[in-house]
Amino acid sequence: MLVLKRTSVRRAAVAALVLTMPLTAPLFSGLLMAPGVLPGFLGAAPAFAQDAPPAADAKTPDAAIPDTKAPAAKTTPDAAAAPEANTAAKADSKPILEIKALYVRQDREQPLPLSLLDLPAADNGIAGANLAIADNNTTGKFLNQSFKLDVIESNDVDDIIKQAKQQIASGANYIVADMAPDALLKFADALAAEPAIIANVGSPDDTLREENCRANVIHISPTRTMLADALGQYLSWKQWRNWFLVSGTRPEDKALADAFRRAAKRFGSKIGDEREFAYDSGSRRSDGGFEQVQQQIPPFMQNAKDHDIVVVADEGQLFADYMPYRTWIPRPVAGSAGLTASSWHPALELWGATQFQNRFRRLNNRMMSTLDYDSWLAVRVIGEAASRKQTSDYKVLSAFIHSPEFEVAAFKGVKTTLRAWNGQLRQPLIVSGAKLLVSISPQPGFLHQFTELDTLGIDRPETKCKAYAK
Amino acid sequence: MLFLKSALSAAAAGAAMALMSAPAMAYTAYITNEKDNTLSVIDTEKLEVIKTVKIGQRPRGVVLSKDGKWVIVCTSDDNIIQVYDAKTLEFVKLLPSGPDPELQILHPDGKILYVANEDDNLVTVIDIEQGKVISDVPVGVEPEGMGISPDGKVLVNTSETTNMAHFIDTTTYKTFDNILVDSRPRVAIFNAEGTQLWVSSEIGGTVTVINPADRKQIAKINFEIQGIAKEAIQPVGVRITKDGKKAFVALGPANRVAIIDVATFKVEKYVLVGQRVWQLYLTPDDKLLFTTNGASNDVTVVDVAAEKAIKSIKTGRYPWGVVISKD
Repeated sequence: MLVLKRTSVRRAAVAALVLTMPLTAPLFSGLLMAPGVLPGFLGAAPAFAQDAPPAADAKTPDAAIPDTKAPAAKTTPDAAAAPEANTAAKADSKPILEIKALYVRQDREQPLPLSLLDLPAADNGIAGANLAIADNNTTGKFLNQSFKLDVIESNDVDDIIKQAKQQIASGANYIVADMAPDALLKFADALAAEPAIIANVGSPDDTLREENCRANVIHISPTRTMLADALGQYLSWKQWRNWFLVSGTRPEDKALADAFRRAAKRFGSKIGDEREFAYDSGSRRSDGGFEQVQQQIPPFMQNAKDHDIVVVADEGQLFADYMPYRTWIPRPVAGSAGLTASSWHPALELWGATQFQNRFRRLNNRMMSTLDYDSWLAVRVIGEAASRKQTSDYKVLSAFIHSPEFEVAAFKGVKTTLRAWNGQLRQPLIVSGAKLLVSISPQPGFLHQFTELDTLGIDRPETKCKAYAK
Repeated sequence: MLFLKSALSAAAAGAAMALMSAPAMAYTAYITNEKDNTLSVIDTEKLEVIKTVKIGQRPRGVVLSKDGKWVIVCTSDDNIIQVYDAKTLEFVKLLPSGPDPELQILHPDGKILYVANEDDNLVTVIDIEQGKVISDVPVGVEPEGMGISPDGKVLVNTSETTNMAHFIDTTTYKTFDNILVDSRPRVAIFNAEGTQLWVSSEIGGTVTVINPADRKQIAKINFEIQGIAKEAIQPVGVRITKDGKKAFVALGPANRVAIIDVATFKVEKYVLVGQRVWQLYLTPDDKLLFTTNGASNDVTVVDVAAEKAIKSIKTGRYPWGVVISKD
C-alpha cells in the first residue's frame, strides 16, 4: 500500500465578503466612464468596480483575463453622457426593495484532493454566490430590487447558528449552506422556528433528502444517487454494462458505492467484481511518488473478473485519480476519476453557458467549480422568486419557491425545478472527462411518466421524506 | 415509473418528404452555419444550395441591408459583424460590435443596426454607412432577441437570464419599460401593423404576446405535443405573415414548428421539421417558411398555405440564422 502520510489541511479562511449592490443609474453609467475599465467587463457586475471592498478574492476589473477580446469601440461619449439613459424609467418612483441572502460555510478538516488542478479556491462557492448576486442585481435595477450577500464562516456550528439567527433577525431569510451533513441537520433544526429557507450546496448525502429531510431545507446539489444514475445511464447506453467496483473506506465512499450498486441494478448493468481500496491518505504530494503508485495500483487490480469498466467510489478524490492508465487490464475508469458525473463542468458551453462562464472568469480570474455553480444557482433561486413575485416577503417567496409554478433557468437546456416531496432540485447532469463534456443525462430512452429528470436519483414512490408531506 | 427502451430519436430529421410543387418566386435564402463558419445560399425556387462560402467564426444572426445589397452577419467568435456582397458574396467590410454579437436588427430606414451583445449586457447601436458605434444601451443579463416596431420608434431587446423584454426609445436610446416574461426569452418580433409584440421563452416553453402601446400582456401561448416531453418544447424563432393571420413558432428540440391562428392565439398544427429548430424566415410572398435545424444540419421548407413540410435541404453544420432576399 501507499504509505506516504499526509496531514489534513484546513481550507484557508476567506475574509467575509460583504457586498452591497445598490444598482442605480448613476453607478451604472459611472462605470461606463470609469477609466481603465476593460470594455469586456462592462455590465458584468458593475458594483464590484466601485463598491466592493478590495478583498483578496474579489478581483478588480483590471485583473480580468487578457484573452477577453476587446470590442472596437465601447465607451462612446453618447453613452457616457446620458447617465439616466439606461435605467428603467418607471422603476425610479418606487423605493428600493432589499433582499438579503446569507452564505454559511462550515470549515471542515478534510484531506485535499490529489491533483493540483482540483485544489479548491479559497472562495470556492462564495464566488459563485457573488456572481448570482451580480446577475440578480442586473435584473434588479429594472425592478428596483437590490440583493445583498453576507458570509458567515466558522468551524463551530453553534457559532454559525448564533450568527445566522442575528442575520435572520435583520432580514436575511435565505441561507445558502455549505456544511457537512450532521452540521446541516443541527443548523436546520436550530432554525426550524425561524423565517428562513436553507439551500444545501455542500452535501450530496441522500439521507438529508430522505429519512433526515427537513421542511426548511431545499437541496441544490445533486445527490449521490442522482450522480450515480447519470453515469449509470450513460454506461448502459454505451453498453458498458459489466463493472468492476472499487471503493474507498470512508463512509462517503461507501455511500457512493451503494449509489453505484443501485444505479447498476436500475439500468441493467452488473457489478462482476468489487474491491475495497484501503488507503491511508498521506501528504497530497511528495517529491516523486509515481514510482510506488505505478508499482502498487496494477497488482491491486490484478485477477479481477473481466469487466468493461472500472467504477471508482472515492468521494474525496484521494486515490481515484491514481487508477486511470494503471489498471491491470486495459479498461477505462469512471466514477470519481476518468468519466465523472457532475452538476457542472468548467468547460461547459452548451445552452448559452459560454457567456456565463465568461462572466465568472472576469470576476474571479479562475474557472467555475461545481460548488461555485451550485452556489450561483442557489442564489439565483431567490433572485428568480423575488423578480417574479416582486417582494422580499419571506412567506410569499418561500411559498412560491415550494410551489409547482417555480422554475429557474440554469444553463441546462431545460428548466430546473424542485421535487415537491423533498425539495431536491431536479436538473440534467453532465457526464464528462477532464476537459470536455461527454454526454448529458438523462440519456435518451430512459423514460418517466412525469419527467425524465426524475429517472435520476430517488423518485417520489421510493422517498422516505416525511417533513415535506406536511 | 421508469422504462428502458432502445435509444431512438423522436424526429426523423429530414425524413423523406414528398416533394410537392411549390409555385414560388426565386428568392435567395442565406443560412449561417454556426459550426462550419460558412454561409449556405439557397435558391428558393429550386430549393437547393447554390453556393457555400467561408465567412467569419461562429456566424449566427444574419440580416440583409435595406437595399438588399449586403448580407450582414454576426460572427460571434470574432467579436465583430461582417458585411458581404449579397450577389457576389465577396467580403465588403467589418462593422464594430461588442463582444459576442448574436442577433441584430435593422432600423426600417436601413441606416442603423442594433446588435445584442450577449457577453456584456449591452445593445450596441451602429451606423452602417459610417461603420461606427453610436451608442450602447445597458439591458439585462445576456441580451439576445431584437425586435423593432414597423415605424422604427421602439426597439425591443430580450435578456435571457434577466427574463425581460426591454423597450428602448430609438431616438434617446433609453429603456422606457421592462416587462418580465417567462424564462430565457430568445426572440422578439412585432407584427406588421405594430399592434403586437411576440416574445418566445425558450425554457419557460411559452410565447407571450404584448401590446406595445401599454406593454400589457394580450395572450400567453402554451404548447403541448403528444409524445414529446414538456421540457423539450422550447420556443425560439417566431414569424408572422404580413396579413397578420398566421404565426409560426420554432420549438427547438421538439423538432416542430407550431402554426398559430393569430386571431385566437390557438395552435392549429405542429409541423415536423429537422432537429433543434431555432430560427425561421418567410419568403416575401409569405408562401414558404424556412427553418434552421441545428442538430440535423439542414433547413426545412414549409409550404405556408398547405401547412406542410415540403423539403429538407442539407446545409453546413449547425445552421443557425436565416434571411431571405426581397426579390
